[in-house]
Amino acid sequence: MESNSALRVKNKNSSSFLTAFSTWRELGIVAVTLLLMGAITLRSPYFLNAANFEDILVAISLTVIVACGQMLAIIIRGIDLSVSSIVGLVAMAVGLFIRDKFDFPMGWTLVMGIGFGILLGAINGLLITLGKLPPLIATLASMSIFRGMVVVFSGGEWVNTYRIAPSFLQLTRRLVLGIPALIWFAILIAVGITLMMKYTRLGRQIYALGSNPNAADVAGIPKNKVTFIVYLISGTLAGLAGILWASRYGSVTNETGIGFELQTVAACVVGGVSVLGGSGKVLNVVLGAWLLGIIGNALTISNINPFLRLTINGVLIISAVVFDTLIYRRLGKQ
Amino acid sequence: MSDTQTNHKVILDMHNIFKNYEGVRALSNVHFNLRRGEVHALVGENGAGKSTLVKIIMGVIHPDSGTIKFAGEPVKISNPHIAQGLGIAAIFQEASLFPDLSVAENIFVGHEPMNKIGGIDWRKMNELAKEPLKELGVNLDVKRKILGLSIAQMQMVEIAKALTANAQILIMDEPSSSLTLHEVNDLFRIVKKLRDDNRSILFISHRLEEIFEIADRVTVFRDGQYIDTKDVKDITQEDLVRMMVGRNISQLFPKFEVQRGEVIMEVKNLKKEGLFENISFKLHKGEILGLAGLVGARRTELATTLFGITPPDSGEVYIKGIRVNIKHPRKAMSLGMAYVPENRQMHGLVLQSDITKNISLPIIKNFTKLLFVNRKKELIKAQEMHDKLDVRSSGLQQLAQELSGGNQQKVVLAKWLSTEPQILILDEPTRGIDVGTKAAVHELMGKLASQGLAIIMISSELPEILGMSDRVMVMCEGHLTGEFVRAEASQEKIMTAATARTLRDPAVSAT
Repeated sequence: MESNSALRVKNKNSSSFLTAFSTWRELGIVAVTLLLMGAITLRSPYFLNAANFEDILVAISLTVIVACGQMLAIIIRGIDLSVSSIVGLVAMAVGLFIRDKFDFPMGWTLVMGIGFGILLGAINGLLITLGKLPPLIATLASMSIFRGMVVVFSGGEWVNTYRIAPSFLQLTRRLVLGIPALIWFAILIAVGITLMMKYTRLGRQIYALGSNPNAADVAGIPKNKVTFIVYLISGTLAGLAGILWASRYGSVTNETGIGFELQTVAACVVGGVSVLGGSGKVLNVVLGAWLLGIIGNALTISNINPFLRLTINGVLIISAVVFDTLIYRRLGKQ
Repeated sequence: MSDTQTNHKVILDMHNIFKNYEGVRALSNVHFNLRRGEVHALVGENGAGKSTLVKIIMGVIHPDSGTIKFAGEPVKISNPHIAQGLGIAAIFQEASLFPDLSVAENIFVGHEPMNKIGGIDWRKMNELAKEPLKELGVNLDVKRKILGLSIAQMQMVEIAKALTANAQILIMDEPSSSLTLHEVNDLFRIVKKLRDDNRSILFISHRLEEIFEIADRVTVFRDGQYIDTKDVKDITQEDLVRMMVGRNISQLFPKFEVQRGEVIMEVKNLKKEGLFENISFKLHKGEILGLAGLVGARRTELATTLFGITPPDSGEVYIKGIRVNIKHPRKAMSLGMAYVPENRQMHGLVLQSDITKNISLPIIKNFTKLLFVNRKKELIKAQEMHDKLDVRSSGLQQLAQELSGGNQQKVVLAKWLSTEPQILILDEPTRGIDVGTKAAVHELMGKLASQGLAIIMISSELPEILGMSDRVMVMCEGHLTGEFVRAEASQEKIMTAATARTLRDPAVSAT
């Protein structure tokens, strides 16, 4: 054909170009983040404080855990907007449950919370596969529904530290090899998802489904099964994050988690996960979360209105997507 | 003439297949058998039932009745999995590859080699992927992503994939339609090799010359019915066309006398950086100017420049003697130009809209008063054009995406003709269209030309160029390498000009 079919390109080396671009982009994010960190250090001495660093790592960890699930959804050309509500709901449910139960085994708490996350993720999965709702609509709806459930469960009350077992609070604080457990959770999840994507057939299927949904059927990829699993994982990870959130921050309100979905999408997209689907690595998520974590922290310690973070996240998402789209357009990806 | 059940040479045997599909009798008492180690062409006009049969073989749809035997055993191909399990593979080009995954991953998708702990063995996969490619004589980095490969290379990956899955039957649907001559030769070499390896290739094509070049047997369908199966060596092209169309087409291309009118468009030294340069020619009223060349000659790019989609970097265009600067298709349309694009699905139609809306799209202003569209007027015009072009449909309200390729093309033509143009640029107007509709389109072109329309016809089919053009221009890699009048044009001259630059020959001088 004379006119370029969407996948044909003059540059025969577009694959190596793509790889080079990804690497440069990742390095770019790292560079920007380091520069930012340098700039903040100059402006504010509080930044290099160990306690402050811990705060940053906590935020990054929670983001990474949930954003890994979000990444999967974005790869298959979907999205999970409900993660913020799942975090809030699971946090509230667990919080209310163990309130005043000072002897309850923590292991079980963890299991319950994760189980609840699985349930909520499954609801999303069913809405999208059986209900055939577009992911945007389905998770928008579930985001509202789950958030509403938070108030139903809590009756308007909060859960506070003084009524929670210290052992629960320790869940995220206990040091293992000198590093708080929360960070370990994030590391575990990151490594786990990385291995899953690289070495399991499911991982290949997720990438394939996102890369060319039309070809997926012919190639024998069980679309509904894969889609369901993706949203299940996303919900599960959000549920896990919910418990960890409650444990770390020690209090749960009706607003816990609000806006977090934007954070996870931003982390993915800014970090390099393609909004067109079909590609993305955990490394992207980590880099994105790191940058966002630094920015968020910078805003806090500079006493800038934290809501400005929403604006900044939004601008970052747009910039990242525009930048990526320009590059992908060069490659002729449809 | 049919092979019986006990014949071991027959790998696929289908009898008495009936299928009603989307309200139409798609297949009616159809037979088909495929032998091991043969290249079997399946031909027929659009709507004859070829793709329905293929879908049944692939397990995408089920026959309403009839028997299917695979290697002598009755089978029910209920889904694509089962088809794959039997060793049936389809070569679809870009449609079934995953751009973000590598060549090796695509080859092994669904059956990736695993290591002892149950994870994907990347090293083994990359190693194993090299084998089928080597066998095919293809040089590709197995680790690179599919994104960016040419159509020909993607086909090779598909074939490698089929080989790895130990496919016994490969189905190819119009595989050569997007390939250069060189790539087609490579493809045919590989098809022959597959055949010699005792595999079977089911080959759907509208290019009759290719069928005679590569196929062993050919089966003809017409209107959902089985017509006949013949050894290719026993028939001629005329025989084949007669079987397909059911009537004697004494001439595929209508002869007509042309009274060439005055110059309506003149182009001088048109250039677009990186695409084409030094393009100069004149176009007369009432003539059909054929624009020949190989894939990559940049003919479509020239057309989109003339029509204002991609304005030129330098050069002059004159319409009726007046210099014009066409920077946008709207300007081109206002000057009486119309462009029927090569990719009708992507650029010519709004697939989800019905026929009426597609046809009236460029002239909707004619039916609009203030903000409202006069639907009645719109329908009348659409019906008029629909009938004029003999579009076969279930009605004006049928969606464009449901029409066959040939009828879709007619709708695109109807749309542009409704703008009553003076200059019509057609880009591969009969690609992928059956013989009967082709003849109809050609007849229409002849009629339009005789009414004074000036037509530029881009075509990669030499018979069409030779049969329809009053004059032929040849392009090669963005340059004009030949110009012939009808009487002096020949396949050899055109081909020589079309390959002038690639062979590093001195360019054939323009006459």
